[in-house]
Amino acid sequence: MNTTALPAVTTAAAAIPKADFDWKPIALLFGVLLAGWPLIGSSSTWVTLSVAGLAMGLIIFIIASGLTLIFGLMDVLNFGHGVFIALGAFVATSVMTGMADWSTADSVGRNLVAVFIAMLAAMLAAGVLGLAFERIIVRPVYGQHLKQILITMGGMIVGEELIKVIWGPQQIALPLPETLRGSFFFGEASIEKYRVLATGIGLIVFGLLLYALNRTKVGLLIRAGVQDREMVESLGYRIRRLFVGVFVAGSALAGLGGVMWGLYQQSVTPQIGAQVNVLIFIVIIIGGLGSTLGCFVGALLVGLMANYTGYLAPKVALFSNIGLMVAILLWRPQGLYPVTNR
Amino acid sequence: MTSFVLDLKGVHTHIGAYHILHGVDLQVPAGQVTMLLGRNGAGKTTTLRTIMGLWPASKGTVHFKGRQIGGQGGKEDQLATPEIAQLGIAYVPESMGIFTDLTVQENMVLAARAARRAEELDTTRLEWIFGLFPALKKFWLFPAGKLSGGQKQMLAVARAIVEPRELLLIDEPSKGLAPSIINNLIDAFRQLKGQSTTLLLVEQNFQMAKVLGDRVAVMDNGRVVHAGSMAELTEDEALQHRLLGLSLGVHQ
Repeated sequence: MNTTALPAVTTAAAAIPKADFDWKPIALLFGVLLAGWPLIGSSSTWVTLSVAGLAMGLIIFIIASGLTLIFGLMDVLNFGHGVFIALGAFVATSVMTGMADWSTADSVGRNLVAVFIAMLAAMLAAGVLGLAFERIIVRPVYGQHLKQILITMGGMIVGEELIKVIWGPQQIALPLPETLRGSFFFGEASIEKYRVLATGIGLIVFGLLLYALNRTKVGLLIRAGVQDREMVESLGYRIRRLFVGVFVAGSALAGLGGVMWGLYQQSVTPQIGAQVNVLIFIVIIIGGLGSTLGCFVGALLVGLMANYTGYLAPKVALFSNIGLMVAILLWRPQGLYPVTNR
Repeated sequence: MTSFVLDLKGVHTHIGAYHILHGVDLQVPAGQVTMLLGRNGAGKTTTLRTIMGLWPASKGTVHFKGRQIGGQGGKEDQLATPEIAQLGIAYVPESMGIFTDLTVQENMVLAARAARRAEELDTTRLEWIFGLFPALKKFWLFPAGKLSGGQKQMLAVARAIVEPRELLLIDEPSKGLAPSIINNLIDAFRQLKGQSTTLLLVEQNFQMAKVLGDRVAVMDNGRVVHAGSMAELTEDEALQHRLLGLSLGVHQ
């Protein structure tokens, strides 16, 4: 018995392919990039639109990354995520106004300090609101999807109204600091300076998130919890505590994304959250609910599509994201990177 | 009385509208191997899940080393699953609970609460585990989802023993394993017992139960209908027939 069974183990071993990575969604991303080139015709316009699309995608990713983990980890559908975006953006308007002599100074360093302080303040405020939101609104409805949708949406409406109470119902300008306005020129192609900054911040956040998820024990716990939270608890870890941490971090990231989105639009309205909400749900569904990498690829796809179709066929642009989602779900019904074991 | 590591008294468990356990009395003596036998649906898995607090008992009490960890008497008496695990109880569910997107190594790091990274795993213990389950060493950096069913089972057991635990609850350890690996498993359990670990195993494989068990409890209809020494059950063919005939009846 022993002798017959052992070789079976080793042959099974040889049959296992080397750890393979699913490149297809990333190939699709490059495919969309390359397909844009001939369609747009002019190389310089293509570069401009692509950079704009990637920058927009990275901002969306920052906002959506927390949401996908919140769903993945605790099965919580948070339709109130937009309120953190709005709060972040409004806190930034106050900080930027308060630091007017820094943000309007003709010095890159001073301008960046003002932007970074606004971002930190937004993250802090959104994180604190996230803590309260989880405790008061989300915790009583664990495991009840319909109630989650209703009450988190309600929470967002209340949040939106509270923002109106504090900052007023009008649109508030969130101008870019002096030195971040205008564009770099590479030959014919113009690239807005702010988009370079947004891309840089987006890549840093993505890098930090990947590091945290793949190289730390907390990240390991989050990834494991997304798959099988009962087993994580059986191994002796309190997943509720982990979830609160993820919720707060996700809210803070949404706050950061709100600042970036506001600076991108150069103005902020209390409805900003509700507007972006639809976009980020499309992104996390495209990516595969719970998957960070999927969220990243999905966000970049949405950003590129929005910019390409906006240039090529402005009328189509209105439903290009929904169209993208439908096409991807026809190809992969569970999203680009489905989370297994759910 | 306290020589029992685990002591269930009159435990009832409901899952939704279903009443699964109807007053389970089960004593697990320290440092021994107790086998939980019975036909499918008798309540063996539910008993393990109730001990872990995954399906809390609606009535009765669960004590671990004299301390109440589950059952009636208010919220403080029913500990949450992570707290129960932290007391030194490891649980391997029938579904194995492998994190398939994580590597074998990452699965083991998670199971070892004291280790933050792979380098912090106890190497002596790891070598011992690799000796028992060589496949795990071979696939150390592979996604666990790529392992075969038997290899996943090995990983599930390996996770439970990556650090010393006082009590192991394992749901069908031999399921899907090749006979040679079952022998490794029996070896492993004997060595664990030698380290004064207590084991409570749900097992359908009577041969394995016979070889390994010190004590046996047979369940039927959500109750323990027989409890005694394994030797007694092995020798008493009439008893065996009466108790295990039950299970044959269902399997046929």
